Amino acid sequence: MAIKDYIRERFFPHMWCPGCGHGIVLNSLLRAVEELGMSKNEIVMVSGIGCSSRISGYLDFHTLHTIHGRALAFATGVKLSRPELNLIVPMGDGDALAIGGNHFIHAARRNIDLTAIVMNNRIYGMTGGQFSPLSGCGVMATTAPFATVDQSFDVAELAKAAGATFVARSTTYHVQQLTKLLREAILHEGFSVVEVLTQCPTYFGRRNKQGGAVEMMKWFKDNTTPVGSKAKQENPALIERGIFVQKEMPEYCKAYDQVIERAQKGK
Amino acid sequence: MAEVQTKPKLKEHRINRAWCKGCGICVAFCPKQVLELDDQDKAVAVRPEDCIACKLCELRCPDLAIEIITE
Repeated sequence: MAIKDYIRERFFPHMWCPGCGHGIVLNSLLRAVEELGMSKNEIVMVSGIGCSSRISGYLDFHTLHTIHGRALAFATGVKLSRPELNLIVPMGDGDALAIGGNHFIHAARRNIDLTAIVMNNRIYGMTGGQFSPLSGCGVMATTAPFATVDQSFDVAELAKAAGATFVARSTTYHVQQLTKLLREAILHEGFSVVEVLTQCPTYFGRRNKQGGAVEMMKWFKDNTTPVGSKAKQENPALIERGIFVQKEMPEYCKAYDQVIERAQKGK
Repeated sequence: MAEVQTKPKLKEHRINRAWCKGCGICVAFCPKQVLELDDQDKAVAVRPEDCIACKLCELRCPDLAIEIITE
């Protein structure tokens, strides 16, 4: 299938700003799904609220556009009732880790077979550029006109600690790696998290004098490095890209099936 | 390494002008400087003869507006 067969063309051009990284994530995700040769009917995309969550409207899978931060909770429900379907949950940084922070850690703890994509642009774009738990220290935002003093989460470390069995990170600059990681995350049985560093030129870029989309993507190129590289040892400030965790653990729906089996034997 | 892969040859840049928002990502990251923005801020292939069909513009386009058609 061509990638255009997976989208709802009638809604294009999409509503994202020129140069928005979310479009690149959409592009990479389409290619990952196409390379896997998946049918539109075997994928359910569940999203919450925010710029990033609008992605579900553009894809011609089964889609649920739900409430802020609760996409993983809805997805858990879908997965438990129809475990044969592939669940993809795109979320923004605020949606996933502020409003939906608890859902995020508990989905990871359960190791339920969902693919969570955290599109991290370090800002609340849709509501006008407020800082998020991933903005980090010293960032300018509409709600921090004299810069933030909050430390940020490290999505990969958080997901790892909470029990996710596949954790990876890439950026909108590294599209080939991103497609590969998304493909592996979809194939992984268990809770997979892919953090994508993505640019919001409209709010984050402009407020923080990072330039436009091109300059922000160049920043991703210059400030990231493959996992375990020598460059990271020399410059600890670099952000690592690649797979951090990939392990086998009992999956939640499978474990639950065993409970059903045990319960039925008792009768 | 039994088979020698032949490099894909460019047939055309299919650019959807209605979807292109002129962000310039394709122009900036083209390794051969094939693309430019025109006076309406839409991507155009001005030097198609230099294109190596790497498809990086197609992969990085946030608007799904570029398609590289190869022979």
